[in-house]
Amino acid sequence: MMDPGGARRHIACIMALRTKPEDWISVTDAGIHCRPGNFYIDPARPAERAVITHGHGDHARPGNTDVIATPDTIAIMQARYGEDAGRRFQPLAYGETIELGDARLWLAPAGHVLGSAQVVLEYAGQRIVVSGDYKRRRDPTCPPFEPVPCDVFVTEATFGLPVFRHPEDGEEIGRLLASIAAFPERAHLVGVYALGKCQRVIRLLREAGYDRPIYLHGALAALCDLYGRLGVELGPLRAAGEADKDELRGALVLAPPGALRDRWSRRLPEPVTAMASGWMRVRQRARQRGVELPLVLSDHADWDELTQTISDVAAPELWVTHGREDALVHWAQQKGYRARALALVGREEEAE
Amino acid sequence: MTPFAELLDGLVYTPSRNGKLRLMGRYFTTVPDPDRGWGLAALTGGLSLASAKPAMLRALAAERTDPVLFALSYDYVGDLAETCALIWPGDGPRQAPRLSEVVDALGLAARDRVPELLAGWLDGMTAGERWALLKLVTGGLRVGVSARLAKTALAEAFDTPLDEIEEVWHGLKPPYGRLFDWLDGRESKPDVSGLPTFRPFMLAHPLEDDVRLDLGAYQVEWKWDGIRVQLASVGGERRLYSRSGDDISATFPDVVEAAAFEGVLDGELLVRAPDGAPAPFNALQQRLNRKTVGRKMLDQHPAFVCAYDILFDGGEDLRALPLSSRRDRLEDFVARTGSERLTLSELVSVDEWEHLARLRAGTRALGIEGLMLKRRDSAYLGGRSKGPWYKWKRDPLTADVVLMYAQRGHGKRSSYYSDYTFGAWRDESLVPVGKAYFGFTDEELRELDRWVRNHTTNRFGPVREVDKDLVLEVAFDSIHPSPRHKSGVAMRFPRIKRIRWDKPAREADRLEALERMIPAQASIA
Ligand SMILES: [Zn+2]
Repeated sequence: MMDPGGARRHIACIMALRTKPEDWISVTDAGIHCRPGNFYIDPARPAERAVITHGHGDHARPGNTDVIATPDTIAIMQARYGEDAGRRFQPLAYGETIELGDARLWLAPAGHVLGSAQVVLEYAGQRIVVSGDYKRRRDPTCPPFEPVPCDVFVTEATFGLPVFRHPEDGEEIGRLLASIAAFPERAHLVGVYALGKCQRVIRLLREAGYDRPIYLHGALAALCDLYGRLGVELGPLRAAGEADKDELRGALVLAPPGALRDRWSRRLPEPVTAMASGWMRVRQRARQRGVELPLVLSDHADWDELTQTISDVAAPELWVTHGREDALVHWAQQKGYRARALALVGREEEAE
Repeated sequence: MTPFAELLDGLVYTPSRNGKLRLMGRYFTTVPDPDRGWGLAALTGGLSLASAKPAMLRALAAERTDPVLFALSYDYVGDLAETCALIWPGDGPRQAPRLSEVVDALGLAARDRVPELLAGWLDGMTAGERWALLKLVTGGLRVGVSARLAKTALAEAFDTPLDEIEEVWHGLKPPYGRLFDWLDGRESKPDVSGLPTFRPFMLAHPLEDDVRLDLGAYQVEWKWDGIRVQLASVGGERRLYSRSGDDISATFPDVVEAAAFEGVLDGELLVRAPDGAPAPFNALQQRLNRKTVGRKMLDQHPAFVCAYDILFDGGEDLRALPLSSRRDRLEDFVARTGSERLTLSELVSVDEWEHLARLRAGTRALGIEGLMLKRRDSAYLGGRSKGPWYKWKRDPLTADVVLMYAQRGHGKRSSYYSDYTFGAWRDESLVPVGKAYFGFTDEELRELDRWVRNHTTNRFGPVREVDKDLVLEVAFDSIHPSPRHKSGVAMRFPRIKRIRWDKPAREADRLEALERMIPAQASIA
């Protein structure tokens, strides 16, 4: 009698020799599809079965039937989309494994926003990691990125140019606090994305000792509440819309980037306009937005983090999903990796 | 270098004039000598370290980065100095040199040693410091600060009249040690007599519509349509200064060469049309736009100064004398030293106000900007002291145009669509003829902003295209042919005079109507 486990290993080994990653993972207009498990990762259109890396709108879309994601990502989707978030949910903790068809799947922390995960897929003795959006530096609102060795690493490249090197968070928060101290009669209006950046900026400020109330644009309130319920302590928060002009002198106000230069901001006393984003590294980008105080704070990996991560996961093959993919592919090829760009539709480069 | 880099960074991002003044003021009062003087020189265009050509920066960066990655980065960033600053590994121990060290070292270095020097500095700098250094060595800071604004910051920071700073400015050299000694109160005001420095202009106030002056007390002259200049020739050195105190001698060598005298004159810079008469303003504009000037330009648009006043005759300061005495001295001076490059402003003799009003009504046809009325007993006082001198400008031209695009403003106005591009009809479509961003009240701005938001048809970044439905009455000083504009015309000083909510867009003016307002080659008989 042959040992069945050994036979399976033997067969897996032969399959691995024969199977190419492209045979079981494909990229279509609808998103990244895993054939043996018949599911999509972050589909651009509603799918029967969707694995969602994290709650940002260009990754987590409404209307899927079965949704597999971390419990925190499911909570975020439900807060954003309500009834439309999906029909059935399968929460999956980091490291917990499930079998879908012939494929095995588990999630690893991505360090991008609360609940964000890399999707680890195993089939035919191969392992492919779809990392979604990620960063490597510490984020007080979510667990850090864990490198998972693999055969194919699928990476973003939002800041995939060597001009993007994010400074230390502490320096940027320090500049914001110094400006608040220098202009006590003015409000400080900081543009932040509602999910992740907003709560991270608040946590970083609290860690730096800023304990005054922080004022929020209405569009930020719901996710801050949710973060609080999910255990991320944000300190005293107030609705900017309910505060009068004098109360906002010297105050810190957070708003979505779209509100920075719009009519909403007229209620603020002589606001210093700031924006927390990796794009603020480039002067012209900051000036286009009319920003006076650019804060280089990003939830995406910068150039050094991208290249470090590629070395860490040691995958011989690299697929680049979105961003400055041509530069990262070039770099990887120079270093001897097989690398190519996936022409993935529907990712928003600005959403940072 | 660190405080200077921080200053430039702040200036780049601070939209308001007051904010910029405060940043510069803090720099001038906190940074030690001689660094602050070199910083001042850099801001006022008096520091030419242009020791690195773009090719040199590329070569330096190429030694440290992959060429494909550099090209992709440059493509994205769009500015060579910034690309190099951001992409530079910068992993040496943090140690930025002082600004004065940079200036001294570059001043002494042989050309082929410059790349090595720069690389050494760049290694120990932050990205912001690298950007400042590279901007400095490639020339052209472009941080939205004029020399005038930098001097204004100096005046405010040291609580000294701007005119006094202007007066000594051209007698001093970077790094301006004597200037700061005086401003700090350690030394007396620098003595610039014997030097062709700039003397602050005496300025006129606009005459209010209903004011009637006692004409007997006033000297009346034409207000020529050129630019106000000061022509100084002292100790054999000659300078031509613009109203803001900029030295524009290099642009007008014909005028400077002809100033074979000792003295300082105030006058109007004009160019001659082929018939010898003063040409319309846009002929002068052709010459103002260039730093140096070729033979052809000199021949086609010969420049001259029409003298209004005399400040110094030889070494004698005449500014305290009454205008009537200065006029006598001026007539005598021009009679002695005048040429086709230096003429005398003629006096207009009138005794009735109605006569004056008729003359003013005729100025546009003559290509003249209006009239000047100066008290005969007035001393020459720098700055704009209300009373002694008035300008009575011709009425502006007006046109009814259609709003086409609106753009967000800056600073306090950044939440408003406050910059308006408007057009006139050509056949069945509108062509843009100008842009205006003032002339309206705060209330009208709110109405316009609301209208723009409710009538947007297209968006391009900060610009919105709107329904072609709103008529604006614009006022402008004059209109000139301009090959650079699609419509072929350009307005001078356009502003919104009225919002014509009542007027249908199809009744707005046609381009041909605007073209008819272009002055013929002015002839003044
Ligand atoms: Zn994301």
